[in-house]
Amino acid sequence: MIERHKVTLLVTLAAIFAVSRFASHIGPYYYQIILFAGINVILATSLNLVNGYTGQFSLGHAGFMSVGAYAAAMFTNNESVGVLSALKPLGTFASISILFGVALLLGGLAAAVTGLLVGIPSLRLKGDYLAIVTLGFGEIIKVVIENVDALGGARGLSVSAGYTNLFWVFATAAITIYVVLNLVNSTYGRGFLTVRDDEIAAEAMGINTTKYKVLAFTLAAFFAGIAGGLYAHLTQFINPEGFNFLKSVDIVTMVILGGMGSTGGVVFAAIVLTILPEWLRWLSERPYLPHWLGGLLENRMIPYSLLLILLMLLRPQGIFGGLHMNRKRA
Amino acid sequence: MMRITSVLPWLAAFALGASAAMAQAQIKVGEFASMSGGSASFGQSSHNGTALAIDEINAAGGLLGKKVDLITEDDRSMAGEPSTIVHKLISEDGVVAVLGEVASSKSLEAAPICQENHIPMISPASTNAKVTEVGNYIFRVCFIDPFQGKVMAKFALSRGWKNVAILKDVKQDYSMGLADAFEKAITANGGSIVKEQEYSTGDKDFRAQLTSIKASHPDAIFVPGYYAEVALIARQARQFGIKVPLLGGDGWVGESLLKVAGHALDGCYFSNHYSQDDPSPVIQDFVKKYQAKYGEKPDAMAALGYDSAKILADAITRAGTTAEPQLRNAIAATKDFKGVTGDITLDADRNATKAAVILTIANGGFKFVQRVAP
Amino acid sequence: MIEFLQQLINGLSLGAIYALIALGYTMVYGVLRFINFAHGDVYMLGAFAGLYISPFVAKFLGTVADWAKAHSHLPGATLLLGAVGGDTPWTGALLVLLFAMVACAIAGIVIEKLAYRPLRNSPRLTVLITAIGVSLFLENFGQYAFGVDPQSFPDLIGDHAITLPAWFGPLTNLTVMVSQVLVFAATILLLIALWYIVTKTKLGTAMRALSVNPTATSLMGVNNDVVISFTFGLGSALAGAAGILISIQQPSIDPLMGLQPGINAFVAAVLGGIGNIPGAAFGGILIGVIQTLVVGYSDTLHIPSGYRDAVAFFLLILILLFKPTGLFGRVEREKV
Repeated sequence: MIERHKVTLLVTLAAIFAVSRFASHIGPYYYQIILFAGINVILATSLNLVNGYTGQFSLGHAGFMSVGAYAAAMFTNNESVGVLSALKPLGTFASISILFGVALLLGGLAAAVTGLLVGIPSLRLKGDYLAIVTLGFGEIIKVVIENVDALGGARGLSVSAGYTNLFWVFATAAITIYVVLNLVNSTYGRGFLTVRDDEIAAEAMGINTTKYKVLAFTLAAFFAGIAGGLYAHLTQFINPEGFNFLKSVDIVTMVILGGMGSTGGVVFAAIVLTILPEWLRWLSERPYLPHWLGGLLENRMIPYSLLLILLMLLRPQGIFGGLHMNRKRA
Repeated sequence: MMRITSVLPWLAAFALGASAAMAQAQIKVGEFASMSGGSASFGQSSHNGTALAIDEINAAGGLLGKKVDLITEDDRSMAGEPSTIVHKLISEDGVVAVLGEVASSKSLEAAPICQENHIPMISPASTNAKVTEVGNYIFRVCFIDPFQGKVMAKFALSRGWKNVAILKDVKQDYSMGLADAFEKAITANGGSIVKEQEYSTGDKDFRAQLTSIKASHPDAIFVPGYYAEVALIARQARQFGIKVPLLGGDGWVGESLLKVAGHALDGCYFSNHYSQDDPSPVIQDFVKKYQAKYGEKPDAMAALGYDSAKILADAITRAGTTAEPQLRNAIAATKDFKGVTGDITLDADRNATKAAVILTIANGGFKFVQRVAP
Repeated sequence: MIEFLQQLINGLSLGAIYALIALGYTMVYGVLRFINFAHGDVYMLGAFAGLYISPFVAKFLGTVADWAKAHSHLPGATLLLGAVGGDTPWTGALLVLLFAMVACAIAGIVIEKLAYRPLRNSPRLTVLITAIGVSLFLENFGQYAFGVDPQSFPDLIGDHAITLPAWFGPLTNLTVMVSQVLVFAATILLLIALWYIVTKTKLGTAMRALSVNPTATSLMGVNNDVVISFTFGLGSALAGAAGILISIQQPSIDPLMGLQPGINAFVAAVLGGIGNIPGAAFGGILIGVIQTLVVGYSDTLHIPSGYRDAVAFFLLILILLFKPTGLFGRVEREKV
């Protein structure tokens, strides 16, 4: 089973590498959207580990993303000259790959450590309380960055290199999906599901529920950190406001729309919700729309919020959800 | 089903990577602005100014015999959107230049893309020095922080206000940058900062900060924020019996400033690009037309948005083409352009140098005090 | 010392604002176990309702005053004139307040009916996301309908500083506005009114029953829909009242004004033990005071005052870690 997944992953990575050779043929606008979709896939699948499989509710994923983004960006901004010259004998491609890979890993680790520190105390809480505490941590991370001059404060941080490309994004996405799927099918994953389905029974069975929750939380933060690193080296500019509460809501929406606990659904939802705002932009520019409607759509947050409500009303269990529904407790 | 059928054509366009670079009888100019979301009040103002300028240009017959088509995209005040939008404007719409944004954080995201594609970008109001440092295709028409900060610091000292308190907006790089520049300039010239306090955009209660500032007995308070908060700060300061003048920058100018502040801002001073009672026809004409079209007085963003479009138009006319690098060079050569926000010359760092005016508030209006050359 | 007292007053006043908004939050949560994220935006709607109705109210009062003047021979006309004329238009303020409360109650009931009711049996997280969607919609539709620029809110009560008699000595240096006292008093009054409604009335009993077991409640012949609508209406009316009272004190209103106090009020409600009405008021006051003191003494504490927004969350996290149900929350045993 695991072996088969490994083969699938390797084949996928090879395919992504092959496709990325042709990336220059994609229009830059579409290329950008595709990369954002990939980054959102990483964010949503990793959050699904917490919100979907483990049944906890985190509203602070953007906070971990920002930790990763800043850590990776600070590394490439400050260390790239030294690292690249030391690795010169390996050639440009290899040395950049190593530099960027290390930066992403550092971003992931920084986020994971933050996740661990946040998770240990807060995962004792449940439901709405956990949601508000993670939201709070997300805001605290933001305010701290705003007040640290070395990170650029509220003025933001320019990232010197735009290393992020199709291969890096989708290879990371594939690995994230692979890790999540494997984990869910492992002993640990059974632990996650048990925690979600009946925490009290799990505890009665001698399962250390806190351990599983913290593990899921830390791992999700790790991948969010990597996604942050990818994001920073794509837009080449980051500022604390970019990782605000709305960004966390965006990611949670992907998870819920995809059907919590369904990786395929979440991947699909992440892609749909990345394209949606751009589709609304396209729609608002159609000349055949009545003037007032075009004007209303021009403020894209109005149709976006309405669609959000409608999607929740029409498919409250998510597009592919329903099989692993979180049982409602009275 | 409805939803799916309407998605299809878009997906088709997506798959083909269709490019819209058709033969054009128009000059396409791109604009990105925060038309919705948290910074919409700034984005909509600057867009109104830009759109007014483009209307005027087209009413006068366009440029190089062609109409100008302004393509405006909303970035929802969200990070990540500007880079997508600028890619769209450049590769899908085929614009010859990009105008935007007010917020430096958005401009800094867009600038590397414009630079890479050799499409000139003119920011109306991004004051962060880093914006134009991105490359030789990035310009701005506003002051940069150091200049405006220096102007107000020198003004404060000239009035004998040596001990100044600062109340700045920690969420706005504009405010932080201005406060920095002010502090440097005033301490270098014999003044001192007796208290520094912060607030966040959207705050409505400043009593804690003001109580602590009052206890430091400043000669004046420098509040480099935007009008929404400044009006309330002034009101609450007067309620506490703080009688010293407040000082500020161009962010003060806004329709609601005096309506909310009432008389609380009387006797306060701020630096701006222009004075509304300046008899210059450029300014009078702009104020009149803007009020006629939008039913409110233009704020600083609107004036800057207007000038950004006018400078671009001027450069296109001078270059006689929209091809690069001729257009870029023409923009860079802008000298003594008679804009609403002053006589604008773009310097070697592609920043606008222009005189500032200091205005005071009296009898429910702005009054000209003095002019400060760059 | 005077500075400290002044900061304390500032803190109480800011806290009263949070508390006033938190009351509605916590009541809806207490009954429905559901975080109405759009509560802060209903508060914004209340302020705008007040803005748009107040010219009409002023005109109406003017007409009544004219009529009373013209008919001064009728019994009671002088009394009427006293109520509607004069320099302190309390009657007008009261009418505007009532109108805003009614408008918000209707808005709240409509929102519940359209967006939340269909999801009553869905997982809580889905409802929370819907509520966030409603909040985003109200903010952005507000920008579209009311414009994005802040607008000046009319001074309905003739706000001014309260001057203490000279024998208060140094205390006369303290600054307190009538509007600040008003918000504080309103918080206490509404707290008592809510407590009365929830514990002493029939509807209140139904609300409490519903919060414990909706199925059993409906089996007892209670129409759950009516009770839930009433809860939402009441909660939203409270938000509307807050919108007017706070806008008198901070007379600049814009479509995003509900965001920041909304989050702080939410934190206040959780801090006090969400669902607990006096707890929410206490939580609000506590956050207001601590935020103010952190800003006021940022130099001594070596905390930049920009950390003010983080302070509320920090406090919340600290308290939840030691008392996971909030300060006054009930511990609910999970049924196996």
